Amino acid sequence: MSGKEYRTITDVKGPLVFLEKTEPVAYGEIVQLRLTDGSMKNGQVLDTSDDMVVVQVFEGTAGVDLGTGVKFMGDVFKLPVSKDLIGRILDGAGRPRDGGPAIVAEGEADIIGAAINPYSRQSPHDFIQTGISAIDCCTTLVRGQKLPIFSASGLPHNDIALQIARQAKLKDSDEEFIVVFCAMGITAEEYNFFRSDLERTGALENAVLFVNLADDPAVERLITPRLALTAAEYLAFEHDYHVLVVYTDVTNYCDALRQIGAAREEVPGRRGYPGYMYTDLAMLYERAGLVKGKKGSITQFPILTMPGDDITHPIPDLSGYITEGQIVISRELHGSGIYPPINVLPSLSRLMGGCIGEKTTREDHKSVSDQMYAAYAQGRELRGLVAIVGEDALNERDKQLLDFSGLFEDKFLRQSRDEDRSIDETLDLCWDLMQNISTKYLVRLDQKWIDKYHPTEKK
Amino acid sequence: MSDENGVIYRISGPVVTATGIRSRMYEVVRVGHEGLMGEVIELHGDKSVIQVYEDTSGIRPGEPVVRTGQTLSVQLGPGLLTQIYDGIQRPLPVLEKTMGTFIERGVDADGLDLEKVWDFEATVSVGDEVAPGAVIGTVQETETIVHKVMLPPNHSGKVASIESGSFNVTQTVCTLEDGTEIQMMQKWPVRTPRPYHQKYAPDTPLVTGMRILDFLFPLAKGGAAGIPGPFGSGKTVTQQSLAKYSDAQIVVYIGCGERGNEMTEVLDEFPHLIDPNTGKPLMNRTVMIANTSNMPVAAREASVYTGITIAEYFRDMGYDVALMADSTSRWAEAMREISSRLEEMPGEEGYPAYLSSRLAEFYERAGRVETLEGEDGSVTVIGAVSPPGGDISEPVSQGTLRIVKVFWGLDAGLARQRHFPAINWLSSYSLYPQSLDQWFRDNIASDFPEIRTEISSLLQVEAELQEIVQLVGSDALPVDQQLTLEVARMIREFFLQQNGFHEVDAYSGLEQQYKMAKAILTFQDSAKKALAAGGQLEDVVNVPARTNLMRDRFEAGYLDRVDGLVDEMNKQIAAAAEDN
Ligand SMILES: Nc1ncnc2c1ncn2[C@@H]1O[C@H](COP(=O)(O)OP(=O)(O)O)[C@@H](O)[C@H]1O
Ligand SMILES: [Mg+2]
Repeated sequence: MSGKEYRTITDVKGPLVFLEKTEPVAYGEIVQLRLTDGSMKNGQVLDTSDDMVVVQVFEGTAGVDLGTGVKFMGDVFKLPVSKDLIGRILDGAGRPRDGGPAIVAEGEADIIGAAINPYSRQSPHDFIQTGISAIDCCTTLVRGQKLPIFSASGLPHNDIALQIARQAKLKDSDEEFIVVFCAMGITAEEYNFFRSDLERTGALENAVLFVNLADDPAVERLITPRLALTAAEYLAFEHDYHVLVVYTDVTNYCDALRQIGAAREEVPGRRGYPGYMYTDLAMLYERAGLVKGKKGSITQFPILTMPGDDITHPIPDLSGYITEGQIVISRELHGSGIYPPINVLPSLSRLMGGCIGEKTTREDHKSVSDQMYAAYAQGRELRGLVAIVGEDALNERDKQLLDFSGLFEDKFLRQSRDEDRSIDETLDLCWDLMQNISTKYLVRLDQKWIDKYHPTEKK
Repeated sequence: MSDENGVIYRISGPVVTATGIRSRMYEVVRVGHEGLMGEVIELHGDKSVIQVYEDTSGIRPGEPVVRTGQTLSVQLGPGLLTQIYDGIQRPLPVLEKTMGTFIERGVDADGLDLEKVWDFEATVSVGDEVAPGAVIGTVQETETIVHKVMLPPNHSGKVASIESGSFNVTQTVCTLEDGTEIQMMQKWPVRTPRPYHQKYAPDTPLVTGMRILDFLFPLAKGGAAGIPGPFGSGKTVTQQSLAKYSDAQIVVYIGCGERGNEMTEVLDEFPHLIDPNTGKPLMNRTVMIANTSNMPVAAREASVYTGITIAEYFRDMGYDVALMADSTSRWAEAMREISSRLEEMPGEEGYPAYLSSRLAEFYERAGRVETLEGEDGSVTVIGAVSPPGGDISEPVSQGTLRIVKVFWGLDAGLARQRHFPAINWLSSYSLYPQSLDQWFRDNIASDFPEIRTEISSLLQVEAELQEIVQLVGSDALPVDQQLTLEVARMIREFFLQQNGFHEVDAYSGLEQQYKMAKAILTFQDSAKKALAAGGQLEDVVNVPARTNLMRDRFEAGYLDRVDGLVDEMNKQIAAAAEDN
């Protein structure tokens, strides 16, 4: 049904258009608007009743007037899906942006995406080696995980995301990931940085890009990640691919959500973001994982910039409540010239426990990671104390821990942008650094691993 | 158009308005051509406002709405245990069978398997007078749990016929003289608490195997506890540990608006994990409800009621039931979302004004009761709370803390130090020790409460000393205070820390908890003596036997070895003093 065109707009407010009584219009239905100058816009139904329909216009309402024609397309938003998506660059609404032909669809998929039945999920457990020590050792990434980067403006999150996309592999396997990249309101410069890196490494041929840039319509951002995830689900669960979805910047997405909420005069939640933002974000983040009986997987790597570097801001806060951990980028480490400036202390991989150890990474991994972490945490805390009382007031244990925290940052965290460390190299490096602490203070290490791996005390 | 059938007037997300039906509040209705399930939550003149338990995309005004005459109810009877449901009691395995991997909409599923045949054993005879709630027979539901088939609370009379044998849950197993036919399945409206004779004051602890909880902040069977904490602080791990190790007979675990994979994990693990209290797989005593964050919010709102009604039903059989809800904040947010669609006047932070009364009503369904049958049964409720930014001044945390008597406060700082469980020992509290102390004295040790007090005050003193250390460094303290810091460190690292995933140390029996606490105090005494005799602090605290005492808890059979390890430690400490 692609019915008649209505000219019954009564109100236009922000990105919303209000129409009077029409034929019965479906909730979520796609809408086409024909402006009086002949140009076209797209939208979606947010509220529908016998008397009134509310439409959210993706491209914004600039130029819309009461004479604008509105046509209801009879269906909810769908993405034409096909294996041919691989290697393509599409815009934020799913139209080709690379000058290539239209996608010849093998099928159509509803972009809202139904929830995976929790009973049908399979627990992720395959270790992904990123080659970055801080991540592999302390916040291990697992295939099928949703692990965001919490960053802030001016920090090298894009470099880290790209390094991961380049280096990510299963240990002892060269199975490749398909990268689905989704840009939401980032600058053209940032986008070019991503694209040229993917191009340079040949990854572009194995990638699908959905691109909504800073000067593209803001409301469109609300559908861009849904398109990307729909493509990812199709490739993973219909064609057995292992898909890595990188999307950036979730903060721009949330701001678009807030804009709609404000235009609808909804009661705002914290800092003006809608009360349903948790549920809305969950409907993106939960589209990750593995399911029983399918070979493919979706691993999500969302990037968000924390407004004011504040981790309690609703965007990182609600994200952290949904995702399976977070990798936190630190301005302080970046300032002291460390790349990758990952602060492991607030970082977390919730799925790590089930994926490390003898069969997957190495038998001493858990013990080593706990000890590295604890020693670094204590050493960092001592820095504050030393600033007040001076190093002389420290006892032997504290002195060693303090020194260790410096080494941790300089030798363990620091690596170059193309340095790809194997998990064995990473763990050996840990042992090497832990020599600087007397074993009697290494209470988190199992004696058996000290006996086996400690460079000077092994038996 | 009759009163039974109406049409959709408006659709706004999960809220649909219908005209043309004369429905009752909380009545279940069928919405649209696909017959989506919904519940009437507001009446306005001829309009019924309905919250719909499934996604409403693609539904149009003018589609039909049909009354069912029923309020939102659960099916109760054999077959609940080991099952996993969504928020409105649809079994997820059944949904998988009918729809595949993704949950599509418009599918009905019975909460109980109506075909499955159970061995019913009658426990009353023809001619017996049976009162409401009376047990009339039993079914061995799982290896460890006997399901008691009860007369529904609104029935009573004289048994006219009853028969043991194999029946499914809808077949009549008993008739009363007034002709009432009783089946093993009964239905109960989820928003109505099930009746009991009277509530008792709790006097028995829910033993959890977690030292910080049992020893410092115990929860009573029939009590209620809140676990607030920012993301990543350990709410879910704590709740799962409680589901694994607590000595409840039945566990109802509600994943309310949280991660899908966390439910999968429970499903994967529980069939293989052994209940330390029965020696049988944990799954046998567990009912799960999973309405994850991306599943419909209206069903999320219902999920806690579905869970607590099932919990009450097992309580009525005389069982001790523990219910975990992870997270009650997501439930509150579901209320907020629906309320805002109804354009209700918002209260604090956009939550509806009735938030705190809903929270109170929910936690009030916890309790230790005398059942209608005269048995002792309990429902213990443990609710996780997810305060935005970890700040518990917000309405859900505050509303919860006003009601519950146990507050286990999770602390991001501790989690960051990987101190688990990251429960803050200074801010947490339990109001139960008064009523539980007698039990601890009778069952564990006559000085149990005094030992607890000593341990808590050491932690208090440590906090005060730490403030000084922050200014002058620990070396500047007198040696006895340095020892106190060392003892407090031992409490934290040896006693309070407990890795929820460790094969051995994740569970610690009460007797072992008591011995470990005593061992710490013994260390303090011996060390004090040694220092008085001229020993050096550094030598005294670093005796290898103390490290052994601490590390050895990771090996099985620790309880039997503790005493020996403590003796050895004492010897070495005494020797350290003499060497000087
Ligand atoms: N008792 C515990 N023992 C060991 N690790 C824990 C414990 N509690 C929490 N953790 C660690 O912290 C992470 C986050 O805990 P979780 O319970 O998922 O937090 P929350 O539910 O509060 O977000 C877990 O993945 C685990 O690594
Ligand atoms: Mg949790």
